[in-house]
Amino acid sequence: MISKMDFELLEQIAGLHEIPAGAYNIRKNSEGAGRHSTEHIVITTKEDKPGIDVYIKPGTKNESVHIPVIITEAGITETVYNDFHIGEDADVLIVAGCGIHNAGDDKSEHDGIHRFFIGKNAHVKYVEKHYGEGDGRGERIMNPTTILELEENAVCELETVQIKGVDSTIRNTTANLAQGAKIIVTERLMTHGNQLARSDMEVNLNGEGSSAQIVSRSVGRDQSQQIFNPRAVGNSACAAHIQCDSIIMDQAKIRSIPEIAANHAQAQIVHEAAIGRINNDQLVKLMSFGMDEQEAEEVIIQGFLR
Amino acid sequence: MLEIKDLSFRVDGDAGQELEIIDNVSLKVEDGEFVVVTGPNGGGKSTLARLVMGIEQPTDGTILWNGQDITHLSVTERARLGVGYAFQQPPRFKGLTVRKLLSLAYGSALPEDACCQYLTDVGLCSKDYLNRELDSSLSGGEVKRIEIATLMARNPALAIFDEPEAGIDLWSFAMLVDTFQKLHEKGENSMMIISHQERIMMLADRIVVIDHGRIRSDGPRNEILPTLLGEFACECDFKGAAK
Repeated sequence: MISKMDFELLEQIAGLHEIPAGAYNIRKNSEGAGRHSTEHIVITTKEDKPGIDVYIKPGTKNESVHIPVIITEAGITETVYNDFHIGEDADVLIVAGCGIHNAGDDKSEHDGIHRFFIGKNAHVKYVEKHYGEGDGRGERIMNPTTILELEENAVCELETVQIKGVDSTIRNTTANLAQGAKIIVTERLMTHGNQLARSDMEVNLNGEGSSAQIVSRSVGRDQSQQIFNPRAVGNSACAAHIQCDSIIMDQAKIRSIPEIAANHAQAQIVHEAAIGRINNDQLVKLMSFGMDEQEAEEVIIQGFLR
Repeated sequence: MLEIKDLSFRVDGDAGQELEIIDNVSLKVEDGEFVVVTGPNGGGKSTLARLVMGIEQPTDGTILWNGQDITHLSVTERARLGVGYAFQQPPRFKGLTVRKLLSLAYGSALPEDACCQYLTDVGLCSKDYLNRELDSSLSGGEVKRIEIATLMARNPALAIFDEPEAGIDLWSFAMLVDTFQKLHEKGENSMMIISHQERIMMLADRIVVIDHGRIRSDGPRNEILPTLLGEFACECDFKGAAK
């Protein structure tokens, strides 16, 4: 059911060479292509709409859940609702991701709406990779929505990566943090050709002692366009830091609009944003190692997006 | 051997006048020779180094490397012919680790112990640094020492260091002097070091003094160094006299 080509997509989005250990749910062309629950992690199908519920029992430690989605046919448009219920004190890795191989001329679109309910003191690392390929004229579109509810002292590391082949993306992320909760967001993006990418994010620091660190690094090439709009809203004694850093090349256009808001006198919120081309001294330094200019550029970009 | 012949570099000044940054300079660095280029700030030393590496293009004159005219070759081409350069103010790289940069300099993946040796030679406690990123979390002195380590890892036939001592603390400096001395004793590479430090000049086979874009003196260390020290001493006397 899962072919060699499917594994190539799975490798790109989830680093999977084979069926993963632990819990997983693989979705291919809008249908289930494999599922495995474990003693502590139970995956069930939603009754009322497409998607799954993932229940992670309290205290589950060092387990992982893989929920990759692959689309290999042109003309598929789907919206999927996945909910994650993470019990108190759990410590888990969740790897999602979507790979589209579109060799046809009709567009393929995957819109994933993910909600996370992270219990007290739980720690979740969530990795989401987007990847597109195929030589058809059909567009590859992904519009992820992520909603995160962090209970007291919960920690969430959110890592999103979109490096190649996605024509259009609108990413929407909302996080609500209770007392002592912490979120670390790392967003990495590269756009080529005529690709469009937009990322809107809102982090509400509602609880005392909550904190957020948002780092966004992007590279815009060719005629592609990017818009970043991360917002941190401090509603209590909290700390937040937003950092948007972009390398602009060719005829790309990038807008970076970090926004900070404080509704409490003890909220400490900082933002930094920078857009610029590759520094000439960096190029010269690498060229003095014998690299040509293109090789030097690639090394700089790879490091920057690492 | 590096042979610089009648090299000039002019730029347009703010008032539209021509400024002679390097004015008809001729200079040789023999194989295995350790040459220190010194002189007052703004005299053209760094520009000379950048012209040799190909970062700047000269207005007139020629640069020969082992008999080949490299005057108009790119930085990449010169690097491949064995010319290497360490920046006075090295750039930082977000996301690139120290280990990765050393490996890029070396030309292939460097084993951990080799990386550590290069870092130790410039006075850095290597284990702490290998996986650090070369971003703004490192101090100027740390970035500078890593820069010198990259040129040592590259091990070019001609190594150009632009004020390697700048921004480095006294303890690391002592380490650096030892390292330069060892390199010199091996005698495999030619070195052109821009420096104001007596302890580095003490290692030189030859000292070249550049002032106002021109060579003011060029000769063996034991001839040039005493005149320089005399010059500095004079200035001190002058200050003393003014009291």
